[in-house]
Amino acid sequence: MLDDVLSVVWKERKSQFRVRGSRLRFLLMLFSPLLLGTIFPITWGPEWLVQLPPLVVATITSVILVAVMVPESIAGERERHTLETLLASRLPDRAILLGKLLVPVTVGVGAALLANLCSLIVLNVTNWQGKILFFSPPIALGSLALSFLMALLTAGAGVFVSLRVATAQEAAQILTFAIIIPPMLLQLVPLLFRDQMQQFLETVNGPQLLLIVLAVLVVLDVAVLLAAVARFQRARLIA
Amino acid sequence: MNEMSIRMDNLTRDFEAEESPVRAVDGLTLEVPAGTIFGFLGPNGAGKTTTIRLLLGLLEPTAGRAQVLGFDTRAQADEVRTRTGALLEHTGIYEQLSAKDNLEFYARAWRLPKHERQARIKELLAGMGLWERRDDRAGTWSQGMKQKLALARALLHRPPLVLLDEPTAGLDVPSAAAVRDDLAALAAREGVTVFLTTHNMAEADRLCSRVAVIRHGKLVAVGHPDELRARAGGPHVEIVGYGFSDDALALLRARPEVASVKANNGRLVVDLHQESEVAPLISLLVGTGAEVEEIRRGKASLEDVFLTLVKEEQDA
Repeated sequence: MLDDVLSVVWKERKSQFRVRGSRLRFLLMLFSPLLLGTIFPITWGPEWLVQLPPLVVATITSVILVAVMVPESIAGERERHTLETLLASRLPDRAILLGKLLVPVTVGVGAALLANLCSLIVLNVTNWQGKILFFSPPIALGSLALSFLMALLTAGAGVFVSLRVATAQEAAQILTFAIIIPPMLLQLVPLLFRDQMQQFLETVNGPQLLLIVLAVLVVLDVAVLLAAVARFQRARLIA
Repeated sequence: MNEMSIRMDNLTRDFEAEESPVRAVDGLTLEVPAGTIFGFLGPNGAGKTTTIRLLLGLLEPTAGRAQVLGFDTRAQADEVRTRTGALLEHTGIYEQLSAKDNLEFYARAWRLPKHERQARIKELLAGMGLWERRDDRAGTWSQGMKQKLALARALLHRPPLVLLDEPTAGLDVPSAAAVRDDLAALAAREGVTVFLTTHNMAEADRLCSRVAVIRHGKLVAVGHPDELRARAGGPHVEIVGYGFSDDALALLRARPEVASVKANNGRLVVDLHQESEVAPLISLLVGTGAEVEEIRRGKASLEDVFLTLVKEEQDA
């Protein structure tokens, strides 16, 4: 199974990064997150290392990259009529799916780490006081965990969207809306449940809150991935 | 090895449609002997592509069953796909990758050892005259070259059976001929069973040792191309000339070897019951004062066979 997943990873890596124009496209995709990882730390100063915004930057970075790559990988493969031939090979359904998810998730998390690394370099250069500045442990671990779990969630959602539309472009558009809407709805929560939230936040500290968020994401990820595995089956992919 | 590469037993597949289910494959019962090039003929929409998908286990039959290389396509589809090569309706070529990378990926997928991968890729690409352009992006190739590359991919892991869905569809005449030549050479060299769908009768006639004809998902006929030709009528002779009088035609019709005579603008088509000498018929015509300019012997093409079978089915 692992060999099969790695075969798909090999192909995906070549398709995404080893073709004409793809490196430039990738660099352009990295530009915004890297900019966020540079400008905000300069504005915030060393406070940046112990506050929540690095979590947001890491999450946005991984989600954006995954949202761009997954539709191309799955809906694009259908659109270019290469999926059926792939399904006619001996590769198991799960190996194909996992190989196709592994590359975007790895790239997404890698880019999130890069954005945080960029902010560390910027902060150390601009605020050098004889010792290396680093994120507080909850922020460092939280960034890694959040970017990974959100990348996985976006990838799982990307599978569903990609299997329901005709083109990669359509899939990318729908996935973008799907990513934008939940944070907007979440902003309504403090307005609707202000008292309850205030009560709740008095009982938990920052790291505890982060753990709760991560636990919810783990549950969502498992559910979405199981559903994606169930959906990504030959008999259901060939109509 | 199983004597039959493919066995279909009442194979049936329905698709959901708005009003009522559409039956794409209707009770196919068919056997494909190992080591043959088997032609699966039918017009567009006859059910050829669906049959290939059923054989590969990409679709499940609504009723009936199929065995490929001794494996049940429903319960052992992974085993079937491991041992078969396929060129489907679309070439399935990754156009952004080079030809070599296209084959490299599928060689990895089929777990060919590294040293064998490189040798096999070179053998196939060189055999098809594509080796020099192995590092070009496949998207820059002509349709004929892509089709050849897809054929190479289907044969990469030396499968005992390859399923080819209209391998020359959409190609110009020289490209189609080149793909046909490669296919025949590779099948002979590698000793594989080839199950080939086509609506090109001349292609089937040239390549296949056995053919099956389907229409509306149903099997219309199966056999050696010559056997099917016999169903569409015996040999015939075309005679071009002048002065074919009614008396001359009556004399020809009276000959025991002649089945029928049709005259049209100085051209006679004489259907024979069986292969026989033409000289006595020509002597007879010349004796009545006719002048003969050209004589052509002929036999029914698979196209004639197909049209005859379709007509028989409609009449029935």
